[in-house]
Amino acid sequence: MIPASFEYKKANSIQEALAMLGEDDKILAGGHSLVPAMKLRLNMPEALVDISKIEAIQEIRNNDQTITIGAGATHASISRNEDLKKHAPMVAEVAGMIGDIQVRNRGTIGGSIAHADPSADWPAVLLAADAKIVIASANGNREVDVDQFFKGFYETALNDNEIITSIKIPKSAANANSCYMKFVQPASRFAIVGCAAAIAKDNGTVSAARIAFTGVSDSAYRAKEIENALKGGDLSADHIETACAGATAGVDVMSDHFASEKYRAHLACVYAKRAISRL
Amino acid sequence: MEITVKVNGKQVTREVEGRTTLSTFLREDLSLTGTHIGCDTSGCGACTVHVDGKAVKSCTLLAGQVDGCEVKTIEGLAENGKMHPLQDSFKEKHGLQCGFCTPGMIMLVSDFLETNPSPSEDEIRHALEGNFCRCTGYHNIVAAIKDAAETMSA
Repeated sequence: MIPASFEYKKANSIQEALAMLGEDDKILAGGHSLVPAMKLRLNMPEALVDISKIEAIQEIRNNDQTITIGAGATHASISRNEDLKKHAPMVAEVAGMIGDIQVRNRGTIGGSIAHADPSADWPAVLLAADAKIVIASANGNREVDVDQFFKGFYETALNDNEIITSIKIPKSAANANSCYMKFVQPASRFAIVGCAAAIAKDNGTVSAARIAFTGVSDSAYRAKEIENALKGGDLSADHIETACAGATAGVDVMSDHFASEKYRAHLACVYAKRAISRL
Repeated sequence: MEITVKVNGKQVTREVEGRTTLSTFLREDLSLTGTHIGCDTSGCGACTVHVDGKAVKSCTLLAGQVDGCEVKTIEGLAENGKMHPLQDSFKEKHGLQCGFCTPGMIMLVSDFLETNPSPSEDEIRHALEGNFCRCTGYHNIVAAIKDAAETMSA
């Protein structure tokens, strides 16, 4: 399995990378989604622009209102970050559940979300976290709300001439009380169903809830039926049970050789219940 | 493109194609055939080596990505002719049968034990998520890792 030929370009800064990036080129970060796709010749870029040595996009910074994760931060470094463990535990938790040790040592958050695999873990967590995606182009930076970022099957709001530079996670009460659970495909360790939940409570009553799924449909999505059903109520087992019945309401559920549509929809309810019950 | 990499302590400079993977570079350009290619899709872990001290799957890295880095392969693990404790323990505890997965197992675990020097059996089994063995059923691999961890922290 050998990729098609391409030119290898190395960038020392985002500005340099943007200047190098041609129309049929691809950005190389950790390469753990892109290189396998290139070996299968699903991707045949003219050139790769390697941004993996740009340290400025690898930091995780704890700011006033948000934690900013550099797009080039590896899953391993995110999983060990103490600020994230405290302010958004599901973000650190999911990072430690992706792939395996070797994959986590190289794979990056920016690369994963740019690829937007429908079974990847990050999209569900970032949707539940109400994250902002910071994107650079020759025309400057723009911030995209995560609700507008994931568009469909391997499709995002990212344009060909743009590079994701960071992801902002709000330090909200909901994110401080959050978790992620998945039913894992045992060979690839992708999510057959993954559920991220972030819930803020006021005297035992749910004041804010964001619940999101990956692996269930052609793109990660927020389960607004569950969110609305939870709001204003308590987190009793009965209430959670009723709310989670809406896990796949209005969603086209995937079916493949790992799980049928019916089984996946069932798993979505089960994993929503398990995740929410932890909070 | 030209790359310069420190492999097992020795600096090498080679001309490679952009599409050359690190596993191919090690095996074909440097004749370090201890790094095995199993699935070639980053599933099986047979190709695991260290890049700057961290275990990675060399079939999913391009050689260009390790330009300027330090790479360690199974051939570089023994020091001064003395086997690494993991190598001794895999032999002692019969942690291999056909041996195809062994270099990858040992390179993964030598990094893992750096971050977790005395793991529980459960933690060891979790750490092996990305390394497949089709012979042993993992039982003796886990026993070998436990044994090596004890030797190394003694």
